[in-house]
This record gives sequence, structure tokens and C-alpha cells, in this order.
Amino acid sequence: MKITESFARGEFVVSAEVGPSKGVETASLVAEAKEYLSNITAVNVTDCQSSVMRLGSLATCIKLREAGLNPIYQLTCRDRNRIALQSDILSAAAFGIENILCLTGDHPTLGDHPQAKPVFDLDSVSLLYTVKKLEEGEDLGGNKLVGPAPSFAKGAVVSPCSDSVDAQLAKMERKVRAGAQFFQTQAVFEPEKFIAFMEKAGQFGVPVQLGVIIPKNAGMCRYMNNNVAGVHVPDDMLAELAADKERAKAGITGVEIAARVIKACRPYCQGVHIMALGWEAKVPEVLKLAGI
Amino acid sequence: MLITRLKSAETLESLLKGQIFIINCHGCREVSFPTAEAEALEKALAEQGRVAGVITTDYICNPENLSVRLEKHADAIEAADTVLVLSCGVGVQTVSAMFPGKRVCAGCDTYPLPGFQGVTPLEVDCRQCGECYLNITGGICPITACSKSLVNGQCGGAKDGRCEVDHNMECGWERIYRRLAQVGRLDVLKCPVQIRNYATDKNVGE
Ligand code: SF4
Ligand code: SF4
Repeated sequence: MKITESFARGEFVVSAEVGPSKGVETASLVAEAKEYLSNITAVNVTDCQSSVMRLGSLATCIKLREAGLNPIYQLTCRDRNRIALQSDILSAAAFGIENILCLTGDHPTLGDHPQAKPVFDLDSVSLLYTVKKLEEGEDLGGNKLVGPAPSFAKGAVVSPCSDSVDAQLAKMERKVRAGAQFFQTQAVFEPEKFIAFMEKAGQFGVPVQLGVIIPKNAGMCRYMNNNVAGVHVPDDMLAELAADKERAKAGITGVEIAARVIKACRPYCQGVHIMALGWEAKVPEVLKLAGI
Repeated sequence: MLITRLKSAETLESLLKGQIFIINCHGCREVSFPTAEAEALEKALAEQGRVAGVITTDYICNPENLSVRLEKHADAIEAADTVLVLSCGVGVQTVSAMFPGKRVCAGCDTYPLPGFQGVTPLEVDCRQCGECYLNITGGICPITACSKSLVNGQCGGAKDGRCEVDHNMECGWERIYRRLAQVGRLDVLKCPVQIRNYATDKNVGE
């Protein structure tokens, strides 16, 4: 099902993210997703996240779909030129994938194959444009497609707490013009920044899902503060996580923080996207505590 | 070697606002300059009474050299609405940096040719992409100033204004956005989706 249908019905749309393993095994990922993520609208599958080589996003999406879940196919421009990207988009449609999230992708130097050639033949904006073109029955080279055209709910990302927020908004507008129908944000820990961002992003009239990470411990948060673009965990949350290590380890503190962020931001957005980073089992608790 | 070709008449017309000051760079021997086309353009603009001044010089990629050459044209440039630069991408970037508040336009596209590349001992660079983007990026080259050579805006990787690939480098798109805001040209970000053409070396031979 297209995630855009849920937005159109006015639902508060919940999605979560899973990352394929480095290998061919999918059974445990699918089983976990079935157990913890069956009641939400959709499940994102990352595309070699952080430039770390893993099992493909499309293959994992197909497995999830077979198991009755609703996958969102994440597609980056890091590894493939426009021929391979278009071919994979058609492949996704052929397998019944209905949601696609278009990203530029991290640079390969950030991952486990820093020697790899960075492709970036297209970028997030031109990739969205490409999907739209394919939906209109034509490829980027201007050649007609044979048979029925693919059709997707087209998503994109934006970083509301970035220190370059104006440049991010300008890019968001370009994505909307290129065809983006919904947005998922980078992880938010500062609701006031997100709310200020939404006041400006509202003009584009496109649904936005608040990005949420369940913080595991203070060390993880400090790492993100130093290394992850657009993510900043404020000092009081760090102190909260550091105060009772056992509680943090059990996930209680992280779940509370995530739920609090969702509650504070909920009136300003159209959904939430949870990046559990291995803590998929805690997603139902977060949602329950947030009153969703 | 590199070759500069004039942008299409249509593109140039959309760029050129009001009175125009033209800078021709007949620069280094590595560049093949579209002399005849540039002269024809200048003549056409002069007939319309739109030329605020012209300078034909060399090595505008060298800021010191450039400021010496432009000294006696300072008033004319000040009065002009547009500075049209007919040079390789490096020259346009040097002029843009020198007049941050001015509308500086790249009139040429820069293509590579086999052989020796012009050497500029500068921070700005041109990779002869064949479709100069400087008019929509505030005169900062997105191909060389952005680690991913993105042409549609900033990726999500910038942190504290630094590039995700090299923390010692300022994010190129952060610079582009700031420059566009400074010159009041953020509207250019509403331009159509840009898609690189990697077949530009073939275009030269057309
Ligand atoms: S955009 Fe950059 S690489 Fe392309 S021609 Fe202009 S200066 Fe050169
Ligand atoms: S952080 Fe900035 S310079 Fe670096 S790749 Fe992204 S947009 Fe380009």
C-alpha cells in the first residue's frame, strides 16, 4: 500500500527502519519485523546505510512484502548511475513495491569500503524527478517504456535540526518540486528546533514524519553529537541517560526520551519515523508511551 | 587543454540584466577562446546601448593580476548591473569572489580537451564540466567545491558547516547558499532540476 494513502486519510503515519545484515540471511530480520512492526504503516529498508556494504534494500523489501509488511524502498545515488537506478526502480515496481525513498547517500569514505568509487551521477532531487518521469512512461533518456508505467509513493529526507537549516529548506523545496510526496526527517532530540522548522516547511504542503532515534546510552549520543550531521542530543538528555546506567541499558530511559520527543512534536507533523538501530523490539513501547 | 564556448543566445539573454560590463579573458595558451562569437555578442549588445564597458585581458584567474587590470574600470563596473565574464570557470569564480555584491555571470561553458590542463595556483578550481553552473550557484563551482559534485543543493551530511567527507573543508553548498543569500539571488534555487551531462567531450566535436 502506498504510504500517501494513509496521509490522505489524515492518519498519523508511523514507520520504522530496518537495516539488512551483512550476509544473505533475512529470516531473523523478517521475523523481528513481523513481531514488532506489523501494526505500523510501513517499514523502511536502508540501502547500505552509512556506506557499509550489506544485503540489498530491494531484496529485503521483497522479503518483507512476502511476509505481509509494507516496505519503503530506500534508494541512494552513491553506488549506481542513472541506468542502474532506473533499472532498479522498475525492478521494485515489478515486485510490487509501492513506496520509495530517494536519497543522495553518504560518501563511500564514511563506510567500510572507503576505496570505492563515489558515483553520484544523480542526486536525491534528480532521482525523484527520474521516478516521476518513469511514472509518466518515459525514461531519463526520453525513451518510452513498454507496458504499464510504475507508480510509487515518493519520499525524501530533510534535516530539521541541521545547522544549515535554510539550505536544507531550499533543498526540501527543490525535492517537492521534483515530485516528493512525503518527508522523513533526520533524528530530532530538540522539539523546539523541529517546531520552528515545521513553521517554515508547512508552506510546501507535503506531509512530514518526525525522525526519532531511541537513545541507547550517553556514549552513543555523544558519538552522534560529534559525528552525525543534523543530530544533536542536548545536555539534559545526556545527563538523564548517564544518571542511571542500568535503566538506560534496559532501554527504559531511551524509550521515555523518544516518547517525550514524539509527544512534543506530534501536533506539528503528520507522522513519525523511528530509526531503532537494532532496538526494533522497543518500537511498540515507544508508541504506547507516546499515546499512539 | 580546455575550451570555452559561449552559452546559447537564449541562456545569455536570460542572464544579462541592464547595463553590462564585459570581461574577456584571452588568458593562457591552454584555453581556446570563442573570439568571433564574443565579438559578435559585444557588438549586438553595444547596438542595443547595453554595454557599460569592456576589458579584454588575460589571467583573470589571478586575483592580484585581475584587480590591477580592473582598477581603471572600477567606476564602470560599479555602475553596471551585470558583469559578464567570458572565460573558463576559474576566471568567473575569481571575478565573483572579487565582487560579492554584484551580479556576475558566466557567459561560457568550459570543456576539457586532451593535453595539458591550465594550472592555477588558487583555491578555486574548474573541472571543465561542460555545462557551467556558476550562474545558479552564486559563482562558486559546485563540481569542485562539493565533495559529491552535487548540482541540486546541499546533501544531509554537512555538520557545523563542514563537509561530511573532509571536516577541514567548508561545505561547498553552505558557501553557495550564503553567497546567494548575500547577493539576493536565492530565487535561482527555484531553477529546474539539474542533471549532469557526462557526454560533454562529445559535444565539443559536434
Ligand atoms: S561548474 Fe565548475 S567545473 Fe563546470 S565549467 Fe563551471 S567552474 Fe568549471
Ligand atoms: S556536505 Fe556539502 S560539500 Fe560535502 S558532499 Fe554534502 S553538500 Fe557537498
